[in-house]
Amino acid sequence: MDFTFDSEQNDLREAVRGLLERAYGDSEQRRKVVANDPGFDEKTWSRLAEMGLLGLPFAEEHGGMGAGPMEVAIVAEEIGRVVAPEPFVEAVVLAGGLIAAVGTDAQKSEILGGLAEGAILPAFAHAEPGTRWSPSASAVTATDDGGTWRLTGVKEPVPHGARADVLVVSAVVDGGTALFLVRAGADGLSRTGYRTHDGGRAANVGLDSTPAELLGDAPGDRTAAVERALAEARIAYSHESVGAMDTALRTTAEYLKTRKQFGVTLNRFQALTFRAADMYVSLELARSTALWASMVQDAGGDVVSAADRARLQTSRAGRHIGKDAIQLHGGIGVTAEYKVGHYTSRLTAIDHLLGDGDWALGRLAASVNSYETVDPLGAPYA
Amino acid sequence: MRLQLSPELEAFREEMRTFFTTQVPQEIRDTVAARRHLTKEQYVETQRVLNAAGLAVPHWPVEWGGRDWTPLQRHIWREEMQLASVPEPLAFNASMIGPVIAAFGNQEQKERFLPKTANLDIWWCQGFSEPDAGSDLASLRTTAVRDGDDWVVNGQKTWTTLGQHADWIFCLVRTDPTAEKKQRGISMLVFPMDSPGVTLRPIELIDGGYEVNEVFFEDVRVPAENLIGEENRGWDYAKFLLGNERVGIARVGYTKRLLAEAKEKASEITDGGRPLSEDPRMAARIAELENELVALELTALRVVANSADGKPHPASSVLKLRGSELQQAATELIVDIAGPLSLASFADGGSDIPDWARVATPEYLNYRKVSIYGGSNEVQRTIIAGTILGL
Repeated sequence: MDFTFDSEQNDLREAVRGLLERAYGDSEQRRKVVANDPGFDEKTWSRLAEMGLLGLPFAEEHGGMGAGPMEVAIVAEEIGRVVAPEPFVEAVVLAGGLIAAVGTDAQKSEILGGLAEGAILPAFAHAEPGTRWSPSASAVTATDDGGTWRLTGVKEPVPHGARADVLVVSAVVDGGTALFLVRAGADGLSRTGYRTHDGGRAANVGLDSTPAELLGDAPGDRTAAVERALAEARIAYSHESVGAMDTALRTTAEYLKTRKQFGVTLNRFQALTFRAADMYVSLELARSTALWASMVQDAGGDVVSAADRARLQTSRAGRHIGKDAIQLHGGIGVTAEYKVGHYTSRLTAIDHLLGDGDWALGRLAASVNSYETVDPLGAPYA
Repeated sequence: MRLQLSPELEAFREEMRTFFTTQVPQEIRDTVAARRHLTKEQYVETQRVLNAAGLAVPHWPVEWGGRDWTPLQRHIWREEMQLASVPEPLAFNASMIGPVIAAFGNQEQKERFLPKTANLDIWWCQGFSEPDAGSDLASLRTTAVRDGDDWVVNGQKTWTTLGQHADWIFCLVRTDPTAEKKQRGISMLVFPMDSPGVTLRPIELIDGGYEVNEVFFEDVRVPAENLIGEENRGWDYAKFLLGNERVGIARVGYTKRLLAEAKEKASEITDGGRPLSEDPRMAARIAELENELVALELTALRVVANSADGKPHPASSVLKLRGSELQQAATELIVDIAGPLSLASFADGGSDIPDWARVATPEYLNYRKVSIYGGSNEVQRTIIAGTILGL
């Protein structure tokens, strides 16, 4: 058991941090970027590609770097540290992860290769209005129209769905959930994009007998693959959350040391410093759980359960730290001009993208009576 | 980054588990598992079994019985002990005065005290807190005045845990009332509890038990050779000792057992025609506590895995704070599972209420102490805010 990063991983962190600091070290720069479509900076996206980060977890034969979950965790945490709006988790970990898990060699070479180069942006079109964080599709259906698959129904919200070059769409086939690729410009595809509260982008994606390409080479049920990809994305989001919480806390502590009221700096008030101490406790417990979940993934353990544990812990911590970071700042924390609220907004968005804390708790509670104790270093995790 | 223990550590864990579950008398482990009070003889018997196998004081210097283990090995040793319901070596001996004498005592003191301390031939108690010196320990007022070859001790200590079993006391006393800083005028003395002038008065706690005491000193004569380390350096030794007190204070293994017990008992209680364990609110409450405990255990592992260079990991302060909160939450959970059964705390014969439900509330009430002792949780928050966040 080893909780330390090796020197190559530390180098990776330093390089990513340098790149993202240059782009978003000044939070005004982030405000400008998210004000206009596509809600992220294409140049920064290209630089991430040049550094190899957009192909990080994919096989080298498909244009990737062949790196593991710990490297993905490092990048996600650095994204969170500056709340960079580039869709690393959404495109690389989630949409890319599904293509890597299910796609044919040709699909992987084309799309993952294009993603790694920064030329193709994939997005996962999965959520359907009125459903919550299910691994299956229910309203969008696929039919085999004489050798051509056609999809019909609505997907929303689809993160970065309007900007995406290719959509990975889940759809009902014979009672199961299959995955398809839908290209931008396909017949019967309508996309209406909008801004999300955290500065991100999402879209309503309408499909009307839209021609689609089956992802993979057989139309089997892909629910398990979706569940696994969602779990890996939840783990990556837990690292993004840790990065965001870390900055929110450091920013708050700095503010308490400099802001004066009643003739003294705010850190003279124990009512405030004790709340900051509790934020630190939440952060470190969340960090431990996030690191562990990536180690479980790396070790080939039960990644779905580990992701639920990480999701629960980081959701609770994210709400605690996000809300208190604003409260300890006072009025300035509620303004868009000041950065701390951006972190709270992003943490809130992450909570609702792939499942919030109560949702994860519900899944954990459903199996709590089936074992006696949890050994995080033993079965089913290691 | 790697999740699995090395094969060597897996074997070590198995060795500990086998020893604790086969070599410590079952009756003693059953008493701990049932959360009943142990007798003095049970504490002594356990510690001697452990000491004979080199498992009582592995963290001491090797020449005095230590094992030169890594922090991770010590963590595994402690966790396995808790999971097996083995009473831990008496903290006053193994974690407090033993390491202080080993680090700061003279050779004669080491030879005189350490083997008997490891084997619990001497039962030590702690004379630190006073009625007016709790979290602000340095305000203590018990004095020791030099008179020929003796120190003469006068004053009062309190919260002296299990003092009723103790043979000796280690005591912080004020030896220089004129010192500019109050921390500078304190020394550490050790002396037998049956010395003339020592009086012990038990304090009844809200659980109905007697585990702490007041200790009064009236002209107690202590030979000069019983001063530990240097005169007026007692505060340094106290800080060293309290640092040790926080080691293992997360008590993850203990809380893990409580949660396992909670699940078992919740499945035996019927609520609205079905087992309480199947109530979604109860299942969620247990699952959330369990997840918080996983997070704490992982944080403890991060801390021990990264403290090999002797410097404590910054996250270590989280362990006492969160560890005590989770112990308290788990004892509260069991009271709530017991529900009306929890009222039978003092039933003796003639009650149909099972033992676990009878001990539930006294333990819950008793465990309010864990967020107070060893540096209260408010002291821990002060440390986190000041030392880690720079506030």
